[in-house]
Amino acid sequence: MPELKIEVIPEGTVIDHIPAGKWPKVVEILRLTKPNGGTLLIASNVPSKKLGRKDIVKVEGRYLSEEEVNKIALIAPNATVNIVKDYKIVEKFKVEIPDEIVGILTCPNPNCVSNHEHVLPKFHVESREPLKLRCHYCERTVEGDEILGNL
Amino acid sequence: MDWKGRDVISVRDFSKEDIEFVLKTAEWLEDELKEKGSLDYARGKILATLFFEPSTRTRLSFESAMHRLGGSVIGFSSASSTSVKKGESLADTIKTVEQYSDVIVIRHPMEGAARLAAEVAEIPVINAGDGSNQHPTQTLLDIYTIKRAFGKIDGLTIGLLGDLKYGRTVHSLAEALAFYDVELYLISPELLRMPKHIIEELREKGVRVHETTDLKGTIPELDLLYVTRIQRERFPDEEEYLKVKGSYQVNCSLLENAKEGLKVMHPLPRVDEIHPEVDKSEHALYFRQVFSGVPVRMALLGLTLGVLG
Ligand SMILES: [Zn+2]
Repeated sequence: MPELKIEVIPEGTVIDHIPAGKWPKVVEILRLTKPNGGTLLIASNVPSKKLGRKDIVKVEGRYLSEEEVNKIALIAPNATVNIVKDYKIVEKFKVEIPDEIVGILTCPNPNCVSNHEHVLPKFHVESREPLKLRCHYCERTVEGDEILGNL
Repeated sequence: MDWKGRDVISVRDFSKEDIEFVLKTAEWLEDELKEKGSLDYARGKILATLFFEPSTRTRLSFESAMHRLGGSVIGFSSASSTSVKKGESLADTIKTVEQYSDVIVIRHPMEGAARLAAEVAEIPVINAGDGSNQHPTQTLLDIYTIKRAFGKIDGLTIGLLGDLKYGRTVHSLAEALAFYDVELYLISPELLRMPKHIIEELREKGVRVHETTDLKGTIPELDLLYVTRIQRERFPDEEEYLKVKGSYQVNCSLLENAKEGLKVMHPLPRVDEIHPEVDKSEHALYFRQVFSGVPVRMALLGLTLGVLG
């Protein structure tokens, strides 16, 4: 297969190995569309050896921190992040699920206070493998498909 | 141990040391109270009881505790009498009420409401029940009652009977008992078994757990039988409720095979799970359990206010 041409950015952050179709969620969670957010280059449904198909998000002129990018770990657990300076990758890391998940996942418990009051939903990671989270407010645990369904 | 300003939201926040400290304080207060009649550790302090859903017993128990400590009480007993009805947020209600008081006790129909209230308030918040989630003061008074009746908790064989699936009280009690060296019999109809994840947690913490539907056969093993009511309102499905309604009753003939010292507890109110004839027997511990609520809540109020010790 010929190498696909994707524009190279002079500096910024490249988020690679996002599951195909998930780029809008990544952009939303990382708030990449806010006015000073830098130019966005998106490649969707790119053939990938690892994932079959994948999405790539490039943010020009902005360096995203590890902590910032870790927010997407729930939807893109295999994502890799490249920090580019002067057309060269100067730093590379894999996303990691943080100890606390704030404001990304809504609580599946309809009677949870976080679904009724003006407050950011918050979860504590109980286990990573398999992924199990506990709601900070109602204390109910969520796992598997329930997590994906409430992102 | 520094309890001043601390919130009491969930049994999950407690260590064994925390529990023991509360029990010791309650025991000391109960003796003080017996000796002096009334106390004045909380003189000049105000408790606000915010009951967004009614629970007369729990509210009276907290009010009695605060009065016995020499403090005073303000509050409301249903959301319809407050500005919540006008659409005020929980956070705003809490921020307003804390201007009038030194400690808040909250009961709310939504899970997590007490945690949210505690995050908003500068003063201590005590959870008196948030939906089907937690009711930590009930658990502490249960443990206190057991300790006072037996002089210990380690070494006891305890049966939890009834609605182990939806019963908030037994979930928290089991969690707290896991700090001790106990053997647990989980006795329930097939439909109302204790959730698997709780049983797993108990086993991980070293508790010997047995599941059974056979109440009669289990009775002779037990030092303590903790009975719960089947709560119609917790059932998502009426048909399921009708299948298990009235499926067990503790009466004197059942207790004939019990150990001499067997004690029966129940968080009350009861419907028909314990026959009134048991009340007069040596086994009944449930009214003593109600009484225990006062010293335990006195301890929690006094400790979080920072007026004790
Ligand atoms: Zn929740």
